[in-house]
Amino acid sequence: MRKHLIFIGITGLELALLAVLFVLSADMVRTKGQRQMNSKSQLVALLGLTDLSLWTEARYTRHPSQADFFTAFQDFPAAIEHFPAGSIVAPLPSVVFLKKK
Amino acid sequence: MIRHLKILEHALSTIVRRKYKNFAVIVVYSFTIMVLASILFLSHSLKTEAANILSQAPDLIVQRTMAGRHELVPENYVEVIKGNRGVGKITPRYWGYYYDALTGSNYTILGVTGALPEMEMVEGALPSRSGECVVGEGVARARRIGVGDELILVNSQGLGQVFEVAGKFTAASDILTNDLIILGERDVIDFFGFPQGRATDITVEIRNPSEVQNIAGRIKRDLPDARPITKQEIIRTYDAVFNWRSGMMLTIFSAALVSFCILAWDKATGLSGEEKSEIGILKAIGWDTSDILELKFWEGLVISLTSFLLGLIAAFVHVFYFGATILAPVIKGWSVLFPSFKLIPFVNLYQVFVIGFLTVIPYIASTVIPSWKAAIADPESVMRS
Repeated sequence: MRKHLIFIGITGLELALLAVLFVLSADMVRTKGQRQMNSKSQLVALLGLTDLSLWTEARYTRHPSQADFFTAFQDFPAAIEHFPAGSIVAPLPSVVFLKKK
Repeated sequence: MIRHLKILEHALSTIVRRKYKNFAVIVVYSFTIMVLASILFLSHSLKTEAANILSQAPDLIVQRTMAGRHELVPENYVEVIKGNRGVGKITPRYWGYYYDALTGSNYTILGVTGALPEMEMVEGALPSRSGECVVGEGVARARRIGVGDELILVNSQGLGQVFEVAGKFTAASDILTNDLIILGERDVIDFFGFPQGRATDITVEIRNPSEVQNIAGRIKRDLPDARPITKQEIIRTYDAVFNWRSGMMLTIFSAALVSFCILAWDKATGLSGEEKSEIGILKAIGWDTSDILELKFWEGLVISLTSFLLGLIAAFVHVFYFGATILAPVIKGWSVLFPSFKLIPFVNLYQVFVIGFLTVIPYIASTVIPSWKAAIADPESVMRS
């Protein structure tokens, strides 16, 4: 078989696979995703949750939205941030905004 | 059309002739695309999910700060807040953190009051009387407990306190509840030893969403040591955390982009002697410069398109079917309890096109441009060089 036919065949197969993955994901978002989202929203509404339970290593990484402006450097003035997640969490928009002002 | 296919055929033969080198390029290129796409898929999915579910968070949370730090809030602030028009239900909340020396992990303990309706994401029941609790999947796993078992925690007096596990949050709710322990409100007050008349913070319901900022401003004026946090601020925080400019995204994204630039730069800085003499021979046997450029275009397209599609497929499967196992250790930090990612596959096609544009086009350009320089030169001098 000619090489270009093999290439076109493989590329077509990759595109088809990608299309199937995207269509399946869109379908999952509509059905299972929506149901899960409603259940999670119910949890948030009834328990009054404010943050995602991603980083439990420090107060300000567990609840970034509730942290005060100094928590990352709370040990002493100019203390170096020591939790790895602190380098992942970007500064709060309000802090960045204040700096720009 | 036939002419183009024949040039493509020749390009494929050239690629096959240097199969080990090109295979290595495709592997590195695909991996780079996979890392870039994984970050974008993961961050977009988390960002969308956070924005959707946190839209049900309290309209306004009132904290108290003292010396720049979060401080317990006096319950009589409720009366002051109630004085604002447009304010609905005001609830003092009692919650805090607990370090479990047994497992080395941190839990969040939250008090609930009154009878809550049944929740889909809770197996078993919510605490209905003192001494009962609901635990998150991470807590249950760390302590190896389930519904009906006992959870022993050390209270503020240093005494062990036994709670009966009445319910457990399902694994699907991990992203919200992994480290959570729900107790009755009175149990939380006694467990942490809250001073009389103090709460952790106060949630405020606001009837008209457009009034949130005004009411937050009025609360701040009436209670100068209060710090009101609006729902919009909570949502914006997560938008910033998972923004491409945030630490994680920028670190991995730039590392992947730099490695890709090295790959493209290596291609762009010149052709090997073998490639140059091949161009010279093609010119000598009658190929036009445009034919040679088309040949190089096909060579670049075959490698970059194959790598791009393979990288995208790998990223999709990695993030949405294997829970981003390669990225998870990077994101995890020192968290002992970390939720398993069961992400809802929100995909932003715009991001896919951006990755394609940032990687496929430069690679094709870096293949074609040095060839163009060789193709416009005299065939004999090219062959001799």
